[in-house]
Amino acid sequence: MRGANIIKAEKEFSNLTVGILALQGAVAEHARVVTDCGASYLEIKKSQQLDKVDGLIIPGGESTTMRKLMTKYGMIEPIKELAAQGLPIFGTCAGLILLAKEISSGEPAVLGLMNITARRNAFGRQADSFETDLTISALGKEPFKAVFIRAPWIDSVGKGVNILACFPDCGRIVLAEEDNILVSAFHPELTDDMRIHQYFLNKVKTRT
Amino acid sequence: MAEKGTYRVKAGLAEMLKGGVIMDVTNVQQAKIAEDAGAVAVMALERVPADIRAAGGVARMADPAIIENIMKTVSIPVMAKARIGHFVEAQILQSLGVDYIDESEVLTPADEKYHIDKWSFDVPFVCGAVNLGEALRRIGEGAAMVRTKGEAGTGNVVEAVRHMRTIRGEMAWLTKLGPEELMSAAKELKAPVELVREVAKSGRLPVVNFSAGGIATPADAALMMQLGADGVFVGSGIFKSSDPSNRAKAIVEATTHCNDPKVLSEVSKSLGEAMPGLEISEIDSNNLIQNRGW
Repeated sequence: MRGANIIKAEKEFSNLTVGILALQGAVAEHARVVTDCGASYLEIKKSQQLDKVDGLIIPGGESTTMRKLMTKYGMIEPIKELAAQGLPIFGTCAGLILLAKEISSGEPAVLGLMNITARRNAFGRQADSFETDLTISALGKEPFKAVFIRAPWIDSVGKGVNILACFPDCGRIVLAEEDNILVSAFHPELTDDMRIHQYFLNKVKTRT
Repeated sequence: MAEKGTYRVKAGLAEMLKGGVIMDVTNVQQAKIAEDAGAVAVMALERVPADIRAAGGVARMADPAIIENIMKTVSIPVMAKARIGHFVEAQILQSLGVDYIDESEVLTPADEKYHIDKWSFDVPFVCGAVNLGEALRRIGEGAAMVRTKGEAGTGNVVEAVRHMRTIRGEMAWLTKLGPEELMSAAKELKAPVELVREVAKSGRLPVVNFSAGGIATPADAALMMQLGADGVFVGSGIFKSSDPSNRAKAIVEATTHCNDPKVLSEVSKSLGEAMPGLEISEIDSNNLIQNRGW
């Protein structure tokens, strides 16, 4: 099943290179899924490398650590500029927090590229981390195994944001998009299901 | 339905810590310094290993009040240590809601034969190892993350290097064996054969592996990363140095940019005195912390 998907995907995404912000966090996991989808990836540690990619993934990790390193190494403005030009960006967990325009604790936004209010560690500490079968109608009938780790959720969204999934009710938004930006509160890179990465790669492909 | 405490959820948190630095802290002020420096997690304990080594006697789980105060202070994950085999300390730490338990040789072991059955807990565990067999035994007991032991509280990286190289070498050896050789290899390593087969196939550990025990400088951290560590624990190295805040920041940057000597030389400048180091051969073998655990 997965083999067949990979062969089909290889043709579709083979000319795309996705950057994965590699300051800290689950970089290798995203790299594995991107490769399985048939695209290439580049680990991004310096802002100069950003010009070489067709899309960008901001992985899960510790958002405070990533924020400090992004600030120190001058990566915030270049990412904002590229996003304004339409660069597709996919943020998972910590990536969602970094992309949000508002953070419910009142701390300042980092990239502020998406019209959402994010609540950090909203589901709780590690004791409350969980996995569940999530219904995502945009991906078809088959549920998606979603892994939430000290996960945030989105409290509310502004104009232009399309809500793709909530859990367990619609007060807690866990997957959403706004034009070229896609965010998930959970970790699709920790499973073998490639559908969310393929969804993102379609954004990348449409743009190039 | 939300399923908590699954192995994927336990091992998943360790994946999120990769490329980062986990710092030992003994109070709220230190925890704040660590978080501000960019630590991905803190390890709450009563005394750093260098002080445990100096004080002697029995080292136990930290006062739950200290751990709770640290949990209230920082938004990053908080880990805490339980003694080897002391499953009641682990029960207490789980009920406090810590994010990870380190079943640690740095504390005085409570059981001379058995480690904690980590499968029976919802909270994930990290355990120390000096070689591949020990790492796989701990994973077999349910550990969701491992760390090489090094020699804690010495500020001397040589044992951390030895343990990382040993594990790497043993994994490389397994990948060259035929299927008929793996049961004997498991016997030799004293490790579960299913895990031995998995490592022989993938060439890597099934969980995240950090380096610990003796890292004192940004260069030490980058060395361990280049040798294949997924991240580093720094114990006494930060708060036993003369300028903890700047040293902590420098070690965080060195871990991210471990392959960039230009960044490494920049962050290594003017950090003041590193912690005083100990020569391993001058430590009586009975006092080597790495020999605890079985």
